[in-house]
Amino acid sequence: MESSYAIEVKGLRKSYGDFEAVKGIDLRVNSGEIFALLGPNGAGKTTTIEILEGFLTPNAGSVRVLGYDPAKHERVYKERIGIVLQETEVEEFLSVEESIRLVRSYYQNPLPLDDVLAVTGLTDLRRVRPRKLSGGQKRRLDVAMGLAGNPDLLFLDEPTTGFDPQARRDAWDMLRNLRELGKTVLLTSHYMDEVEHIASRAAVMIDGKIVLEGTPQDLAHEAEPTISFRATANLNLPNGLEAEFHEGDSQYLISSSDLVKTLYVLTSWAIENNVSLEDLSITRRSLDDAFVELTQRAENGQER
Amino acid sequence: MRSLQLLAIQYAYENVRFWRNSIAAFFTVALPILMMMILCLLFGSQQTVVEGQPVYWSTFYVPSLSAMAVIGACFTNIAMEVSISRDRGLLKRYRGTPLPVSILVCAKLVHAVVLGFLLVICLIGVGVWVFDASVNGIQLSLFVVALILGSITFCALGLAVAALIPNAEASPAIVQAVVLPLLFISDVFLPMDNAPAWLQWIASVFPVRHFALILQSTFHPILASDIRVSIHLFVMAAWFAIGLVVAIRYFRWEPRR
Repeated sequence: MESSYAIEVKGLRKSYGDFEAVKGIDLRVNSGEIFALLGPNGAGKTTTIEILEGFLTPNAGSVRVLGYDPAKHERVYKERIGIVLQETEVEEFLSVEESIRLVRSYYQNPLPLDDVLAVTGLTDLRRVRPRKLSGGQKRRLDVAMGLAGNPDLLFLDEPTTGFDPQARRDAWDMLRNLRELGKTVLLTSHYMDEVEHIASRAAVMIDGKIVLEGTPQDLAHEAEPTISFRATANLNLPNGLEAEFHEGDSQYLISSSDLVKTLYVLTSWAIENNVSLEDLSITRRSLDDAFVELTQRAENGQER
Repeated sequence: MRSLQLLAIQYAYENVRFWRNSIAAFFTVALPILMMMILCLLFGSQQTVVEGQPVYWSTFYVPSLSAMAVIGACFTNIAMEVSISRDRGLLKRYRGTPLPVSILVCAKLVHAVVLGFLLVICLIGVGVWVFDASVNGIQLSLFVVALILGSITFCALGLAVAALIPNAEASPAIVQAVVLPLLFISDVFLPMDNAPAWLQWIASVFPVRHFALILQSTFHPILASDIRVSIHLFVMAAWFAIGLVVAIRYFRWEPRR
């Protein structure tokens, strides 16, 4: 019996020798949503997605994808999924169109060729051999081949890693097209902004564990902006402002969830008290910083 | 029906891929034909008289170079192609599609066997029309049986070697290091009658010599000095079994990390 989730994972574990890459994760992805697995390199994202695709067998836990056990390599299962691997080349002796045609022929109900080309923006490149494609165009061909069989569920392992900014924006447009086709998409990424732009839900994976799960807005909240300035030590800051002080460079750091209000309180206090806030600036913490903090929080058992 | 259709599609793809890869195609197709032409130009016009009929030495080179052509099309071609496809992630990509493994492998085998047969036909044509090779004594059915057994044996060994090759960079070196010495000691380019016994013994362990000898002896009776057909067939069948077991046991979809 097919469950109401496209993907349902419970207590998933996977080890390579002594190294445990996935340390017991739960995951639920609804039909029709674009779900992102976010995390730094080595977090276990690719291991997780390759278990769901059927390439790896888990050590423990249960995995159901579209109601199937991927490890059984059933042909009916392969008919319903599309896979875009992290690192694969394409057949160098076939043109874009020939590669897509070949993959289409493996499926009972493939997507029309012109639709595949249009969604992936490859229509003008259909007669080109891969040697003459840019990195971004090759990746789009990978997605086209994943999509050719008209799958209900598409796996995308780091679809935009190594892209320049324009190529990434083009790829995001393409992924939004997929959402309009009603596909369920599971993608991995280590870019926060990518997740904000295209995912409906995301989970942050660090060191083999899922440390946070929610909408992109929930996650963005984790990356609060920080106000920094330099001033003498032992300032008597106004009530409600808590600052970290770094003695080495006399720097104060204040993180804030309400930037306008915090800035107002800080600057009006500085003017009234004639305090000079040297090098006053606002930075958004990078996702890496957020990861580090999330990891520490996870290790200290103070997970929300 | 669906399987046959898929096999036809995949076979057509193997063909396109092969012929568009011009360097590999040149080595597989042109090399045995060129080698036969050179050897025939050098020695082909010498003759032996049998029962009053002259038999040109080119008659020896047609089946010998047929053996080389089949080994190139089946063993070399498959070992290189599979290891390179695996390194480039193409095999893993196939595994993620509904294309059955059996059809993926069968298409490669059919392509290699058909290619080998076409090359043998070319070699016979060139040998007969250009170099006066004799086909009068051919035992056609046995010759074809030997070709089929040889083709599938070298396909199986190609798959086995591909399974054992660590990565694609190493594959040309490993494959050539296996094939070339064996061709030289296996009665393919020159008769081994006067070679040291130990060298003949080594050559007899491997399938290349048996394949060459059985093609020669079924191609013309004058070449059948060593007509122990059942032994040749048995050794080749044994290598087919070894190749098959190794290929199945050690086959990998992905490169070793």
